[in-house]
Amino acid sequence: MISLAGCTAVVATLSACGRSDSDADTVPVNVFAASSLTEAFARIEAAYEGEYPATDVVINFAGSSALAAQIREGAPANVFASADLATLEAAIAFGDVAGPPQVFATNTLAIAVELGNPKNIRNLRDLAAPELIVVLADTTVPAGKYAAEVLAASGVSVTPASLEQNVRAVLSKVALGEADAGIVYRTDLASESNAQAVDIPTDQNVVAEYAIGSVTSSDDRPGDAAATAQFIEFVLGPAGRSTLEAAGFGLP
Amino acid sequence: MRPHPGVWSRPSRPILALGLVGASFFALPFVALLAKAPWSSLPEFVRDDDVQSALSLSIITSLITTFLAVVFGIPLAWVLARSEIPGRRWLRALCTLSMVLPPVVGGVALFLALGRRGIVGGPLFAAFGVSLPFTTSAVVVAQLFVAMPFLVLTVEAALRSLDPAKEEAARTLGGSNWYVFRRVTMPSIQPAAVSGLVLTWARALGEFGATITFAGSFPGTTRTVPLATYLALENDLDQAILLSLLLVGVSFGVLVGLRDRWIGVAFGGGP
Repeated sequence: MISLAGCTAVVATLSACGRSDSDADTVPVNVFAASSLTEAFARIEAAYEGEYPATDVVINFAGSSALAAQIREGAPANVFASADLATLEAAIAFGDVAGPPQVFATNTLAIAVELGNPKNIRNLRDLAAPELIVVLADTTVPAGKYAAEVLAASGVSVTPASLEQNVRAVLSKVALGEADAGIVYRTDLASESNAQAVDIPTDQNVVAEYAIGSVTSSDDRPGDAAATAQFIEFVLGPAGRSTLEAAGFGLP
Repeated sequence: MRPHPGVWSRPSRPILALGLVGASFFALPFVALLAKAPWSSLPEFVRDDDVQSALSLSIITSLITTFLAVVFGIPLAWVLARSEIPGRRWLRALCTLSMVLPPVVGGVALFLALGRRGIVGGPLFAAFGVSLPFTTSAVVVAQLFVAMPFLVLTVEAALRSLDPAKEEAARTLGGSNWYVFRRVTMPSIQPAAVSGLVLTWARALGEFGATITFAGSFPGTTRTVPLATYLALENDLDQAILLSLLLVGVSFGVLVGLRDRWIGVAFGGGP
């Protein structure tokens, strides 16, 4: 019995560690955000915590579908910000997220190439060249789905070298110089100093709609719901909008 | 018949209870996989093109990795066990580092070494236009990096526990170095080598982190079963469970087949 009590104490300590590393009186808001939101949401987090010091925002960035899968498995999320409407709508249909989805930003795609564009890539059609190493996101994540749409609409057939699990992995392969080109969000390139953008004209491009919602399956504690709603409001409000706009996102 | 009846008496009840908690900790996840397995979609799973290509890619790459591990690993084990080179302890630590590192660290390091811009890969690309990342060869490199230490460690331990007098005697009787290695050394370390080989293969088969980082993920070229499992988790849980079971089954079979053999070998005891 003593050993059992010991185990329980250890487990309790571990889960307490997992909760939050900050003061006991701050309310944690766990935000699961698409990886293309990395810089923008880091800035929103700082601004939000400056305004509401009693809240501790913790952000988990990954591909939208990975986040949706984590939430479905009961990950401790309070807010889900997806890079497309479909993934958030699916999470709502599963009962994981409270609807309706709220679109808070838009984005478009661009071709990421190495600095100085050594392969002289000018448009989507250039990506079909067989000697190029092109990396795309897998079609299970929004960025990959959009890239496939854009290529199909332009009638360009590309043989990618790899289909990555999230859009940031695509960008890092280009930034490392291992891939010649990749299709990423326009905003991704604003934060990457080792790669540059080749624009895709509006008539060939897509508009990605980023949607946000509160997660229903999180193990709520007193104050959680209010803080969650407040954070979402902040993202949708003037402070969130100006941060997103500064990061290159379009606004709905 | 127990080896030492005195020592192997019935364990006391608290020890037994704690041991069983430990065992169920390991058993539960696999039981859950079996319990949740969507057996009705098994025929569809077996016929799935993506599953088939991932499986054949995994088998081919892990076998090539095992072969290369023998070619380089056994000589390396010999160097570590027998030669008098300075800094041997450091060399051994270096050669087994990838066993304990997160594989994704290995993937990043491989990029910086063998990628197009890497310190070795760069000149190679400039001279021959050879680029390793995103190819099936990159999968093998990633697997070899992570799995070869298993062979090196087991063979090295076996070589060290081997009495050099036997080889010495054969040499005195006029056997050439190669003859002695083939007819005296090899047969003595064979059980350990086989264990090491099978462990290396199983580890290569399960490699994920270094592969997805260094080789990327593309069906038929670099998307092995572990990568396909990870991807399936996000959009097809049924397929992810069946793929997981496949890997669990193979690995479990390997360990049951090896029985207790490798544990003694890898951790200092004799075979």
